[in-house]
Amino acid sequence: MSAMSEIPLPQIAKRVMPWWLLRHETMLAVILLIALIGLGALNNRFLTLDNLLNQGRLTTEVGLIALPMTFIIITGGIDLSVGSIVGLCAILLGYSWKTFGFPLPLAICFSLSVGAAAGFVNGLVITKVKVPPLIMTIATLALYRGLAEGISQARSVRGYPEWFYFIGQENLFGVPAQLWLLLIAIVATAIVLDRTTFGRTLYAIGNNETAARFSGLPVDRVKLIVYTLSGLMAGLSACVLVSRVTTTRSDMGIGYELDVIAAVVLGGTSIFGGVGTIWGTVVGLAMIQLLKNGLALTGVKGDATIVVIGTVLILSTLVASSLQRRREGV
Amino acid sequence: MTLAGAGADPRRRLKVLASQEALLAIAVIGLAIAVGLYNPRFLAARNLSDVLLGNAYIAVAAVGMSMVIVSGNIDISVGALIGVLATISGTLAVNGAPILVAWLAALVAGVAVMALQGVIIAYLRIPAIVVTLGMLSILKGGLISVTGGKWITDLPDSFHLADIELFGMLPFPVVLMILVTILAALWMRYSASGRAIYAVGGNAEAARLCGISQPRTIVMVFALHGLFAGAAALLYATQLRVIQSTVPPNLELTIITASVVGGVSILGGVGTVVGSTLAAVLIAEIASALVFIDVSPYWIRAVQGALILVTVIADILRRRRMAGA
Repeated sequence: MSAMSEIPLPQIAKRVMPWWLLRHETMLAVILLIALIGLGALNNRFLTLDNLLNQGRLTTEVGLIALPMTFIIITGGIDLSVGSIVGLCAILLGYSWKTFGFPLPLAICFSLSVGAAAGFVNGLVITKVKVPPLIMTIATLALYRGLAEGISQARSVRGYPEWFYFIGQENLFGVPAQLWLLLIAIVATAIVLDRTTFGRTLYAIGNNETAARFSGLPVDRVKLIVYTLSGLMAGLSACVLVSRVTTTRSDMGIGYELDVIAAVVLGGTSIFGGVGTIWGTVVGLAMIQLLKNGLALTGVKGDATIVVIGTVLILSTLVASSLQRRREGV
Repeated sequence: MTLAGAGADPRRRLKVLASQEALLAIAVIGLAIAVGLYNPRFLAARNLSDVLLGNAYIAVAAVGMSMVIVSGNIDISVGALIGVLATISGTLAVNGAPILVAWLAALVAGVAVMALQGVIIAYLRIPAIVVTLGMLSILKGGLISVTGGKWITDLPDSFHLADIELFGMLPFPVVLMILVTILAALWMRYSASGRAIYAVGGNAEAARLCGISQPRTIVMVFALHGLFAGAAALLYATQLRVIQSTVPPNLELTIITASVVGGVSILGGVGTVVGSTLAAVLIAEIASALVFIDVSPYWIRAVQGALILVTVIADILRRRRMAGA
């Protein structure tokens, strides 16, 4: 009995989380539905299949990164360098193809492996040197962006072969090609998070890292994998982005970290770690993209929408944490 | 046991920090000499004063940032805030408000925005990273949508605070930088409220048991940080004839770099503003040096990132060795 009273937090967490999660996501889905109907009523171009599919196209780049970010935030970490990795990978894709003369498929592989390596470096220093993830990724936010700027010297690369534009611009079975990619990634990460030991380990680390370590879970290896995955997906996102906009510039992906973290946190993943689902992140992503699109269609300029995202980020954390506190207070 | 450890620690920490500041001072002078040997034009009075004058605002903002990081928090909204405050002050000045009011408005607005963030962080217990990330986008998006990115021109001559020279020879920005650093350093070391910042950042639970209110300390730190951000915004706004009504890109990163490279531990509880000011000068010097040794300025940010990375890793390794010894 006394042993149990010494570890009250995981006990309560186990009892409360499923209930709370369910509530949060239902709430979010309801809000999403209301927003859809409201925006559709305000503007008749909004609720068309074409528009919604196009929004899916636009959200893929952020979405691909938001999935591994959900893993990272569940472990109680954060990755602010993802936008810079997108920039670095985009530059290296163009640079290795144009300047090194790599064949494009090889350049794509090279860019993806650089993304994975960039994430691996984050993970390595975070696990081995124990630099807090926030600081480590602030440092690499500057470093990776700086490398992208230094390598590119503000020159852009364009004129890729026609086949490369498929993933960014074409449709497959009437749905934007990159949306299939996102769909596969969503299903894969959802299964990993929900149905595998690896996925459950993420929650264990986020709830109580010391306990996870003492339970013999490979905490460092798991963290290393999620940060590497985050870098790899940022690289993939860079390839999709370059294919969509047909050019390569060093400022690509600036501010992505805000959209990604906002989507994940809005989707109910706790910034304190230990709580969150892929399903929530997907709803969060949809919310943010539809909010942007809806506001744009009703005549709000692009810069004002990032005000909304910032406000939504703070408010949703406020609501989530006060709900959580109320439950834990009971 | 922990108490004995904490008792033995400060003297050691002090030694280590003294060496960090000495190291930075040596780096500042050594780099100047090395680059001067390669390209004597670097040592021209004009260039050196450009480096100091043009970047004093970063050092002033880094003083506040250092306090925030010592208290165990972080602020990534300060760059955006400085852009907003500069625009507020400039807009007032152009529209005929008395110069003092235009100056004061930047300070008051800075304190208000930062104190609000402090309250959300301290009393509603939302992590600083989420609050300041959200505020960053609110300020940045808000500024561009309100001003449309238009530049403010036709500023009255008397508005240019950064042009003032005390006694006809001492440039005001540099004097302010030194004065703010010394006052803040003395306050943080010798006053009870200053020591409270270290206590809260070092060990929040112990601080609470000593009767220090953690939320109140954090709100105070953020409010002060807002004041310094206001002062930095005034220097920034007044050193050119125009104000670009946009957020200066990556300013928050430069400010955080200055604090971290200056020896403020990112784990909280350790660091001095003297170090952060020296680091701000060093960073400005490096940026200028790159140009004089014919390296493309596009590499500046990579150098900055590497500098943070190396300092942070060194800081953590040093702490671990101290804890092990």
